[in-house]
Amino acid sequence: MNFSEIFKQSNQLCRISPDGRYLATCVQYRLVVRDVNSLQILHLYTCLDQIVHMEWSSDSLFILCAMYKRGLVQVWSLEQPDWHCKIDEGSIGLVSSRWSPDGRHILNTTEFHLRVTVWSLCTKAVSYIKYPKACQKGIDFSRDGSYMALAERRDCKDYVSVFVCEDWHLLRHFETETQDLAGLEWSPNGCVLAVWDSCLEYKVLLYSLDGRLLSSFSAYEWSLGIKSLAWSPSSQFLAIGSFDEKVRILNHITWKKITEFEHPATIYPALAGLGLMCVSTDEISQPPFQIPVVKPDLDRANPKVGVSSLAFSADGRYLATKNDNMASVVWVWNMQKMSLEAVLEQTAAVRCFQWDPRRPRLALCTGTPRLYLWSPAGSVSVQVPSEGGFQVHALSWHSNGDSLVLIGKEHLCLCYMDTEDKSTDSNIWTK
Amino acid sequence: MGDWSMTSPLGVSMENSEISSISRVTLSSSRQNHDSLYSSSLPLSKSSHNVLSAFCIEENVPQCILYINQELSSLGLASMCIATPVEATLNSVPALNAMYELLQAQRRSQRSLEALEQDLLRTSSTLEHLQTGNYRLKDQLELLKREKSGLHEKERQLQLKIETLQSCLKSEKEEIQKLQNIIAGRASQYSHDAKRKERECVKLKERLGQLLIDKRDKKLAIDVLNYLGRSDGKRIQWKTGKAGTSHEGDMYKSLLNDYEARQQSLMVENSELKKVLQQMKRDMMYILSPHKPCAKASPGDDSPERGFPPAGLEGQDEVGECSRENLDQSCEKAREQLTYSIRLQWRRLKNHMEKLDSQVSLAQTQQQSGSEEAVPREVHEEEMQRMRLEVQQGKDFIHTQQQLLQKQLNSSFDDETAALLNDCYTLEEKERLKEEWRLFEEQKGNFERERKNFTEAAIRLGHEKKTFEEDRAAWLKNQFLNLTPFVDRKKYSLSDSQSALSIRSEPELQQSYTPAKLTKSSTYNEFSTTYSSISDGLPSTTELYRTLHLIQPETRHSKRGSWQEPSSPIRAENLFGKSKCSVRCRDPCILSLDKDGDSPI
Repeated sequence: MNFSEIFKQSNQLCRISPDGRYLATCVQYRLVVRDVNSLQILHLYTCLDQIVHMEWSSDSLFILCAMYKRGLVQVWSLEQPDWHCKIDEGSIGLVSSRWSPDGRHILNTTEFHLRVTVWSLCTKAVSYIKYPKACQKGIDFSRDGSYMALAERRDCKDYVSVFVCEDWHLLRHFETETQDLAGLEWSPNGCVLAVWDSCLEYKVLLYSLDGRLLSSFSAYEWSLGIKSLAWSPSSQFLAIGSFDEKVRILNHITWKKITEFEHPATIYPALAGLGLMCVSTDEISQPPFQIPVVKPDLDRANPKVGVSSLAFSADGRYLATKNDNMASVVWVWNMQKMSLEAVLEQTAAVRCFQWDPRRPRLALCTGTPRLYLWSPAGSVSVQVPSEGGFQVHALSWHSNGDSLVLIGKEHLCLCYMDTEDKSTDSNIWTK
Repeated sequence: MGDWSMTSPLGVSMENSEISSISRVTLSSSRQNHDSLYSSSLPLSKSSHNVLSAFCIEENVPQCILYINQELSSLGLASMCIATPVEATLNSVPALNAMYELLQAQRRSQRSLEALEQDLLRTSSTLEHLQTGNYRLKDQLELLKREKSGLHEKERQLQLKIETLQSCLKSEKEEIQKLQNIIAGRASQYSHDAKRKERECVKLKERLGQLLIDKRDKKLAIDVLNYLGRSDGKRIQWKTGKAGTSHEGDMYKSLLNDYEARQQSLMVENSELKKVLQQMKRDMMYILSPHKPCAKASPGDDSPERGFPPAGLEGQDEVGECSRENLDQSCEKAREQLTYSIRLQWRRLKNHMEKLDSQVSLAQTQQQSGSEEAVPREVHEEEMQRMRLEVQQGKDFIHTQQQLLQKQLNSSFDDETAALLNDCYTLEEKERLKEEWRLFEEQKGNFERERKNFTEAAIRLGHEKKTFEEDRAAWLKNQFLNLTPFVDRKKYSLSDSQSALSIRSEPELQQSYTPAKLTKSSTYNEFSTTYSSISDGLPSTTELYRTLHLIQPETRHSKRGSWQEPSSPIRAENLFGKSKCSVRCRDPCILSLDKDGDSPI
């Protein structure tokens, strides 16, 4: 395992291009594009203000830089460095900006969620979509980029609009049976839209692409409900994490619950599968063992309890979860056996975890100068070599899974994985 | 209560003293009456010195006597006048009698008085007791009454409390209802307000948007160097209705594709499952079919599996075949058959499993070792069957045996059993006879020894006889030669002695052996008879046997009529007992004979 030298960045804006060839980082006003392998600076763009948001287009040809305070979006081209585009939302303000999946349109959400402006880079056309709902996840594009679902609020009722991304044709518009819609997400195959209610009510609604209600699921009533939701890569499973510290798995045929994963404070051998282990910083222990629990203040809004993060591995075999009142622990579940596979206990609260896009390998960081990796074969923790004490706050995988961008507070570095993991593992253990 | 118990003894004592004084008063009054009537002896004797107050004085003795007489008669004691009416003198005897009777009466009355007094005391004490009890009860009653009133009061208070509480409850309920109504109202108000606010917000947003649009915000602009081509390289199309329909078509196409993909996957899964099912079916048939003849062969087996006729199996096979064929053609048709056949087979499997379970449990109860598991099932079953048969046979055997035994006990033997028993008995007899034979052999040896002794004795006797004969001859010769005037006497004595000798000497010798013989075996008379015939040759033995009454006594009769034949063996024994002593003193006898013979001489 090798580490690159450390570069500066700001606002944790570091993105590897979707094709995996470039690394874009923002340093204050500047956008720096490097070659991932050589880390040579290829392009350097200067924006009008400090960049708040940066995003690659899907074809890796353009980079969007948003400066929300000024309501400005600037787009840069890699192929034509002197090409420029500036979108000014004017006095209406800007809170969110994103690419459309085709990489030729930019969707800007104005302040107060007044509207969504769709700017085309092909024509000069501007489209407005009214009544977008201000919620957790109000816009979602299907995986293949052909459809966009948008949550709307009209006459105190929730609606979902499905647009064809090609020409922003409104395909479907339907009312949802939610009290207060909190989010929506397409299944990876783009045929099912999961819509969930706000945390006041546990309710998941599943709509077909044509707007038919396929099924609805509610685990319980009168308590805080859904906190997170994730589709398995095969669209077979829908994992729902909730405030009751459980993850419920629905299947895609009957949309009924298959199983539920609890996150108990004490893990007994009976609960776990055969190969269960607890990986705490540098040692592996066998059950039973205790997990540190922070008692949440339930009187306050959004209590720190319940499953807030869910992530399926790329092959769909594993599910990683994080329960907020056990912030230092990441749970890995085996989706074939439907059982607990491993409990990764860290010394500090887990900031971020992400699966390798190619292999069942989980990388996680805790805001310390260490990188933690877990795979079914074992786990590794690596000290990031740096003088100043590089603290890893976030990380993101390269699309081929061979390298990893480690993002600190104002710096970043790349971590290159070795193909022969075993040897490095042993090296790391001896470190 | 404490106070009460403290006071009661005081009261009792008071009562006691009162009552006793009263009784004394009554007693004294009765005394006085008595005194006046009877003029009791106590004051009389005391007042004898007191002349004035005395009842009888020198002068009025006759009157007194008369008076007393009258009194006595009136009391029923008299008619025996203590005094002759004429002389008016005290007749002492009846007077004494009367006095005695009076004394007796007085004593009796005294006693009864005492008893009555005691009774009175007792009753007074009981009265006292009852009175105290009464007091106590009264107190209790008072107390209870007070308690009752207290309780009544309490009850009334509680009733009041309940009423107040009920009213409270009602008011609370009303309050709750009110609050609930308020909450509901607030909720509706809130939701209404929220909606209103939201609407306002929307309105504001709209207005803002309108304003922004109207204002023609100069800033709102896109500044692009040159427009880009579409990512897919196509030209931009106009928005038309056609486009909309094409989108619809696309959507449905994608949906259809998804469904098709899903169906494909399901089909694949289905076919996999079908394959598994077919394999399962085949396996099941394989499992069940070899078991079939096994089950048929076993007579004791009554598992429900046997209920399936072989034809059914065939039919099922057909069904399976059918379903297999049909599966490829039309799932709809095949489904029912498939499910039917699966259910049927599943039932069979279940039955089979149950049967196996029961067999396993049976095997376990029979304590068969674990090595059995290595043995194939068929072999195991055969073994089981065989063992079962054996058990049955054993049971039958035991049963018949029991029956036979019963029969034998109840009734006479059968021919077979009799033979069997006879065999047993003959064996026993044989054993006994063998034992007897051994005894006989022993006895035979004894007899042989005895015979030897006898012969020896006989020889000795013969010798003695000879010498005796010689002696006699010598004596006769001597007698003959010197004749004396005591010829008669001598003759007599001679004849006597001769007879005595002839009688005595012979049996005495023989008898010396008989007691041993008799004591040894008194029951074997018949054997001794046969034996006697053997030992007949010797001349002395005949005499011996004669004395033993083993041979005909005719010879003796003919010889001597004086010999008394013993009628019973006991007699003979007695005789032998008598003769024993004589045997002992045989030689002295002879000597005495000699002496006898000598002494007269």
